Amino acid sequence: MTVLFGQLFTGVSIGAVLLLVALGLALTFGQMNVINMAHGEFIMAGAYTTYVLQQTITSAGWSLLVALPVAFAVAGALGVLLEVLLIRRLYARPLDTLLVTWGVSLMLQQAARDIFGSPNVQTRAPALLTGNVALPGGITVANNRLFILGLAVAAVVALTLALRLTPLGRRIRAVVQNRDLAAVSGIATARVDRTTFFVGSGLAGVAGVALTLLGPIGPTMGTNLIIDAFLVVVVGGIGQLKGSVIVAFALGVLQATGEYLTTLSVAKVIVFVAIVAFLQWRPQGLFTLRTRSLA
Amino acid sequence: MTTVTGPATAADEPAAPAPPPPARRAGGRARAALGFAAGAALLFGAAPLVLSDFRLALLAKYLCVAMVAVGIGIAWGRGGMLTLGQGVFFGLGGYAMAMHLKLADAGPGALPDFMQLYGQLDELPWWWRPFASPWFALPATVLLPMVVAFGLGSLVFRRRVRGAYFAILSQALAAAMVILLVGQQGTTGGTNGLTDIQGFFGYDLDDPVNQRTVYFLIAAALLGLLALARQLIHSRYGELLVAVRDGEERVRFLGYDPATVKVVAYVVAAGMAGLAGALFVPAVGIISPALIGIVPSIEFVIGVAVGGRATLLGPVLGAVAVAWARTALSERFPGTWTYLQGLLFVLVVAFLPGGLASLWALRRTRRATPDRPPWWRRVPPARGGRTRTEVPAA
Repeated sequence: MTVLFGQLFTGVSIGAVLLLVALGLALTFGQMNVINMAHGEFIMAGAYTTYVLQQTITSAGWSLLVALPVAFAVAGALGVLLEVLLIRRLYARPLDTLLVTWGVSLMLQQAARDIFGSPNVQTRAPALLTGNVALPGGITVANNRLFILGLAVAAVVALTLALRLTPLGRRIRAVVQNRDLAAVSGIATARVDRTTFFVGSGLAGVAGVALTLLGPIGPTMGTNLIIDAFLVVVVGGIGQLKGSVIVAFALGVLQATGEYLTTLSVAKVIVFVAIVAFLQWRPQGLFTLRTRSLA
Repeated sequence: MTTVTGPATAADEPAAPAPPPPARRAGGRARAALGFAAGAALLFGAAPLVLSDFRLALLAKYLCVAMVAVGIGIAWGRGGMLTLGQGVFFGLGGYAMAMHLKLADAGPGALPDFMQLYGQLDELPWWWRPFASPWFALPATVLLPMVVAFGLGSLVFRRRVRGAYFAILSQALAAAMVILLVGQQGTTGGTNGLTDIQGFFGYDLDDPVNQRTVYFLIAAALLGLLALARQLIHSRYGELLVAVRDGEERVRFLGYDPATVKVVAYVVAAGMAGLAGALFVPAVGIISPALIGIVPSIEFVIGVAVGGRATLLGPVLGAVAVAWARTALSERFPGTWTYLQGLLFVLVVAFLPGGLASLWALRRTRRATPDRPPWWRRVPPARGGRTRTEVPAA
């Protein structure tokens, strides 16, 4: 029983990381149908922001707290820059956007290598987040994992509330549901796109801050995560968040269980096969926005 | 040759130019024969005479990449399926060949060297055994990738998973394959891959003469694939493939099954990548996860994009040019090359989606229409009419 819960928590915490990474993607992919391969490098930007802040502030706890909004802003600004310079021009060609942003991600990685050096760097975790917590039932969970889970949940709640309640959220939902109708209703869709990109990329920065708690920071840290995150979005279905939330945790648990029963590499393959099988059943993802348009 | 530019992803994008009238096509066939003769003269005559053994071995490697590019040109350029996982098929072909060569090197009944090193295995794993026979291994280099592509393709395309979704899935396949190979170090060689391959069907690969023979084999294979690709593109099937790319629903309404059309192109591309991988192994002497993962898989696509995705020769020339530039520049300025590669990719895909081949086509239209204003005085077409709500009704 303890083992089961332990595995479940491992799965949930893998899912939380996936969710943090995928949340921003779900937003940008859902709204603009644009695949941003540079999203992984925005994560990296967030992580390096944390590193730089820790070098200047030195206090591990404070630097982490400051890093959250700063990384959001840094990654968001990078995202807006990318949107304005490139993605905006390629809306009619989503597949080409994927390739273009991959080129951008190459350049960003090299930039990180030139600025911070190729070897990985490490941040110190604040003392509060290093230990373990014993939960009733004899399970111990790592504090940093718990923090990331909390961060993921907070991000989902904040994003959901923002989308539901604020005027901006209403506009975003309108554009996602029917861009042309939103445009004729007087919504400046281009401006909404840019804001969405800011928020989506900013969330990648926050994910980067969270990842500094789990491992080293390196120029290619984003690439490994990005594919799993895209799978979450694809399986979850675009256009709303709940699909991504459910799928992120489901894939996390599947991964952890597979890893426990077999090995890490076999678990990855199991996850892939499961995804292909799932898409046989629901090719458009778990939840879809129903529209009358013909693909 | 038809001059079809990049795939139209939006449903209401203007249709591709009409196929050339039959008269031009007959002339095209003569021109193509001439082109093949010129290519053969270049690859078999000029290159071995001019290049040193070292450079020739590099060229052999580039030509392998070019073979993959021919396949991507069909699947992506003609069929609109952006496959970011061709490394998987390249790797399947490469590993099938390397497994056979390793077993042949070890001699009958013996284990390949690396298995004794990390695996502590006493006997060959069951799935290695058939590869001892060349009658199994050689067909497997092409058929294994085709079978995998058929399996994934028919599952995915039949359920109308397409566009970016398919691209992501194909990329995930590459990731899964690499993780699997690295994880099973005892039987796959792990991160190192299968290295140190000595012989190729009884011939010593260290001998420059035999290396040259391998080069000729690769050059012949590439020309063969080009001929095959040309036949395919100019057949009825080739027209159908372009039609599926430009308007899948319309083709469906005409009574064809777009899924079958796509699966065929995907399988052909996979077979070509498999053959390329199989020939890559004797040319370079190694196959490893680093050569077939996500990054190399995308790099295969770069060459195709740069050269011109929807043309026959564009992918080949682009792949060779990019691979050559990579070697030339990354030796001297490794950092700069990465920037250049990224920048090249961004500029070509964003602003010249037809690749360098479209410059050629542009020149031709310029000659055909002398009154056409130069590009800086041309009025850009109106924006709008973008359809981004691509989610079809469930």
